[in-house]
Amino acid sequence: MAAVILQATGLAKAFGGLKAVDGVDFALRAGEIHALIGPNGAGKTTFVSLLSGRIAPDAGRIELGEEDITALPAHARVRKGIAYTFQITSIYPRLSVFDNVALAVQSQGARDLRAGVAEALGRVGMESLVSQEAGTLSYGHQRLLELAMGLALKPRVLILDEPTQGLAAGEIDGFVALVRGLVSETTVLMIEHNMEVVMDLAQRITVLNFGQVLAQGTPAEIRANPAVQAAYLGTGDAAA
Amino acid sequence: MKAWLFHLVALAGLAVLAAVLPAYHANNLARVLVLAVYATGYNLAFGYTGMLSLGHALFFGAGMFGAALPVTLWGWGGVPVLALGMLAGGVVAGAVGLLALRTKGVSFMIVTLMFAQAGYLTLIWFNAVTGGDQGLVLPGAARRVLGIDLTQDAPRLWLALGIYAVALLLAVALVRSRFGRIMLAMRENEERSRMLGYNPYAVKLKVLVVSGLYAGLAGAAYGLFFGYAGAGFATVQYSILPMLYSLLGGAGTALGPLIGAAAMFWLIDFVSSLTNAYLMLVGVALIVLVLFAPRGILGFVRERWLPWLP
Amino acid sequence: MSFGPFLLLALMEGLVSAAVLALMASGLSLVFGVMRVVNVAHGAFFMTGAVLAWFVAGHVPGPPVWGWLAALVVVPPMVGLMAAAVDTLVLKRLEYEPEAVIVATIGLLYILEQAALIGFGPDARPVAAPFSLRLQLPWFGYSGYKLFVVAAAGLVLLALWLVMTRTRFGLVMRATQVDRTTARAFGINVDRVYAGTFGLGAALAAVAAVLVVPTTQVHYLMGGDPLLLSFITVIIGGLGSLRGTLVAALIIGLSDGVISMFWAPTLSKIIATLLVALVLVFRPQGLFGAKA
Repeated sequence: MAAVILQATGLAKAFGGLKAVDGVDFALRAGEIHALIGPNGAGKTTFVSLLSGRIAPDAGRIELGEEDITALPAHARVRKGIAYTFQITSIYPRLSVFDNVALAVQSQGARDLRAGVAEALGRVGMESLVSQEAGTLSYGHQRLLELAMGLALKPRVLILDEPTQGLAAGEIDGFVALVRGLVSETTVLMIEHNMEVVMDLAQRITVLNFGQVLAQGTPAEIRANPAVQAAYLGTGDAAA
Repeated sequence: MKAWLFHLVALAGLAVLAAVLPAYHANNLARVLVLAVYATGYNLAFGYTGMLSLGHALFFGAGMFGAALPVTLWGWGGVPVLALGMLAGGVVAGAVGLLALRTKGVSFMIVTLMFAQAGYLTLIWFNAVTGGDQGLVLPGAARRVLGIDLTQDAPRLWLALGIYAVALLLAVALVRSRFGRIMLAMRENEERSRMLGYNPYAVKLKVLVVSGLYAGLAGAAYGLFFGYAGAGFATVQYSILPMLYSLLGGAGTALGPLIGAAAMFWLIDFVSSLTNAYLMLVGVALIVLVLFAPRGILGFVRERWLPWLP
Repeated sequence: MSFGPFLLLALMEGLVSAAVLALMASGLSLVFGVMRVVNVAHGAFFMTGAVLAWFVAGHVPGPPVWGWLAALVVVPPMVGLMAAAVDTLVLKRLEYEPEAVIVATIGLLYILEQAALIGFGPDARPVAAPFSLRLQLPWFGYSGYKLFVVAAAGLVLLALWLVMTRTRFGLVMRATQVDRTTARAFGINVDRVYAGTFGLGAALAAVAAVLVVPTTQVHYLMGGDPLLLSFITVIIGGLGSLRGTLVAALIIGLSDGVISMFWAPTLSKIIATLLVALVLVFRPQGLFGAKA
């Protein structure tokens, strides 16, 4: 079994009286593509926000590799190698595509900005748009730009929050191929609602429900899990 | 390259003006240039980094009295007091920033306003030392910098131009650097920037200190160049003026603050010959700018013709 | 005079400041609460109210009480209408973007002050009190008018409270405060509510001005200190909370009266402004507001 790269132990966060994340234990193995699924309000976004440091946990512990990062602020975690791409596209609309990606590249202290930007844009096939103002890009390109910024951080763990939301069918295929190609260099944790994408891409799946881990396993195991079927997949055939 | 050329040509144009302007306007140009140094620093925080401060008068005042007090208390003068004033502006900006940058937007505006107000009242409170409302007149002996006699119009103007030139070119270099890109990133989308590994608090604090150094130097120069330091320069009005200059000339453009300062200065100069209510102009300009021209003069030029303008 | 009566006098003066401050600050708080914008020109509306009161009072013949009453009736609606016009012509076009509104109201502050300088002049001028009753206490005499100010301010605030809680306009205002989009979806004319709220806020400042001018003098820069004190009050009381504002006004008015009687006003202002800054930094919900 591959080494664990990111581990959460007893992670909890409540908003008012609502336990959004309630004692979650979770381990992400190096090099895998791991999907986080669950019904709306299951605490998925809260959970990855805790991992990325955007919000602070009430209890629990987060380790990156051997290091306890629970107390680190978000920007420091990014520097340690946890990249987060936003659910709602979050780019710099009034800056050029180059500047958007360059901000990610220079965050890693790279010497050669141009090369770094070109490489990241090449990965998502957007080299020709380098001088365009980001806000004028199509929605699909903005999503890809967001991904390029995540890649340019050269993360050890890449967290994707609903990356295919709002993409057309053709764009989704391209996206799936792109993420599959990342396996050799990074570990991917993604929240995803599109079950086809999940079953296609993920090596392992974690199902959250009411802030707790309902099940964990390979796509086949999850599909076969009666508790998941009851809570989430309904008849067990919702993926189709 | 184009960007550097643009600003060097602008500076050359200023040098020509400095050589040919009649005495009255040459003297005004010296004032405008010092105020432009102040506004250029303000614009680094406001136009480029998105920090709308209403407290910069405190940094300007700190610079002015940081230079004036050593003159009146210990008989210092020249470059050391200019440097002290600059340092005072930076230190005070850092201290204010440490607290105020825990807030954003409207709260940040009010917090900086309150700190500046407290600073102004402190100057009044210690009127035995600061001269309070009357202020301090600085003796001619202290007003020599590098052998330049600042009581004379022409040398004063050239030194003002020299300081502005350095201030402008450093600002251009800063905003074109990698750090300049991070400044823009903070202005455009702070949360995104955090998730690219940048600490917004630290970035903004650095910019505020730089901005405070500009304000401090400008305050010190204003005091030394024109021989007077007064608490009036630490009032709210002197926080609003650099904002107005930046808005008018173009927030987030390097040369904009100078253009705004010059336009406002000569407009006010003209109107004050007609009425004593010349500050009406400031009010009208603020409203017209936020309503109809939030990008300002150079912002408009950049949008239309010169997209590469820093 | 011994300490006890001296303190009593200070407290009475403080009560008067508190009453006027409560009016001013509730206007500012109302605008912030409903519209989420900070009106820097609030002090200038106060000053405009005072200048107009001086003007109206000076043009009504007969004993001073008629002039003053006329001012009380005419001036607040005038200032309110003016503010409503500013809302429609300027703030609405800025889409109530908070920072732009601050810049615009700073501009408005300059315009109003300078207009007063042109129309009213740089001198300070008095307005005659409507009556000159003097209350003789065993230790000192006290202006009956000042006590009347306290009572009148209390009445106005009570009326404001009734408007907010018992009338349709108050309901609509509170609904808009909670959620502007939903309010609009329910057919509330949000534009008109905003104009009304901004006008009402300014009118409250004008009422405070009409009440206060007979005890002080009219001057075109008189809005500065009340603005600062209202800011302090609203922030200490918790932005947008009317109840917190009233409590804070009472405390600040009273302590201001007492403190300025015993200490230098400059020093107490320094402490107050620093306190406000620190409250905003460390306790943005105000000293009396509930934790958000």
